[in-house]
Amino acid sequence: MRFIKYSSIAFITFVILAGIAIPMVPQPQSWLEFPIIPGLEEKARNIFFHVPIAWVSVLGFIFALYYGFRYLRTKDFDYDIKSVSSAGLGMMFCILATVTGSIWAKFNWGSFWNWDPRETSIFILLLIYGAYFALRSALGQEEVRARLSAVYSILAGLTAPFFIFIMPRIVGGLHPGAKGDTAGSTPMAQLHMPPNMRFVFLIGIIGFSLLFVWLLNMRVRIARIEYQISKKEN
Amino acid sequence: MNIITSTLAIVSKDVRSELRTRYAMNALLMFVVTSVATILFALREDEVSTEVLSGMFWVVVFFTAMSGLSRIFVSEEERGTTMTLQLIASPSIVYFGKLIFNCGLTLVLSSAVTILYIAVFPAFVIKSMGIFILTIFLGSLGFAAAATIIAAIIAKANTKGTLYPVLSFPILIPLLMTVMKSTARALDGEMFIAAMSEFQILVSYLMIMIAGSYLLFDYVWKE
Repeated sequence: MRFIKYSSIAFITFVILAGIAIPMVPQPQSWLEFPIIPGLEEKARNIFFHVPIAWVSVLGFIFALYYGFRYLRTKDFDYDIKSVSSAGLGMMFCILATVTGSIWAKFNWGSFWNWDPRETSIFILLLIYGAYFALRSALGQEEVRARLSAVYSILAGLTAPFFIFIMPRIVGGLHPGAKGDTAGSTPMAQLHMPPNMRFVFLIGIIGFSLLFVWLLNMRVRIARIEYQISKKEN
Repeated sequence: MNIITSTLAIVSKDVRSELRTRYAMNALLMFVVTSVATILFALREDEVSTEVLSGMFWVVVFFTAMSGLSRIFVSEEERGTTMTLQLIASPSIVYFGKLIFNCGLTLVLSSAVTILYIAVFPAFVIKSMGIFILTIFLGSLGFAAAATIIAAIIAKANTKGTLYPVLSFPILIPLLMTVMKSTARALDGEMFIAAMSEFQILVSYLMIMIAGSYLLFDYVWKE
């Protein structure tokens, strides 16, 4: 865990430094220059932060779903602790992704919210997280709470293919990979970036994923202690 | 007893208890009338587009369904009959019995909304009957499939009424977006073939929801 902690700090520091400091020029000559993308200009730097954060918010949901599934199979309460900790972190990153994306959209596409398919998807992810915690707070018994919230997270996960694969095809959008995008409409938009930008971007994805794992580990350990204390008090 | 007769026994039990009290039916139909009247007050003189009309149509269906479909499991919990049902039937039989009942209820509900809409909105003219009927049919079944499993979840919660739409909405969004689009196509009088992709989405949604609920229902139902 210590290795994950230090490498996430190192990777994210690298992304912050490289993402902000490397200049953008019209005709890049060396590897220490990014090209200017028409229409995006300096705002393109947000891609190093916004996309990894959005990725982690999805990762949080996948982890919550996976641990929920494990809970249903084993009835081991530790998995429920992991599941809810992961969902909590995912919700935080989801809010961050919505805010960073919304600000970027304001300056790039002209308004804070456009109901483009990917914006709709992140909004629905936010709703799912909200519903998940609303459900948990409405269930009194520990065992029932763990069981039903796991079921709900799996049920919500079942609708994910509609948002990832189907909706971007039928609704026109602004993000890369949407309907009408000549660059190809694969679910994961292909990376049309020069190699050095792609490198920083991938380091960002890895760095933020490791940050998620580290934070999750801390939250799980705290939640375990809280659980033990609450057991002792009763 | 084989599976089909026991499933039908559950359905007929629910239908009979519904016919005795008429709780769900009356409440739902009144809900439909009041919400359509509200929309009518708001849009009295306006020329409304087909998109707005089809959107409003499914808004009424959504909120009406959310006020009534949870009844199916909540009433068992309130009357204290959940345990009996757990003893006499296997979870999948209970699930399919409840699903069939909810499907019937949703179909009645959306037909009622359709009749009312045709009566009160002059702009609500169904130009392609095929698209419209298939959309209502598949949409109602998809609605019932998602609503039934969520109803089983919230029957155990403390705040049942408010929680139901909150939990259902994110699950129902793919369905809602699709049926709204395809209803607008029906009102615009497009060819049947134009709505094919919507039907494919609706059928796959229905399949995924029923299969997922069938697998997950054991965990919801068994204590």
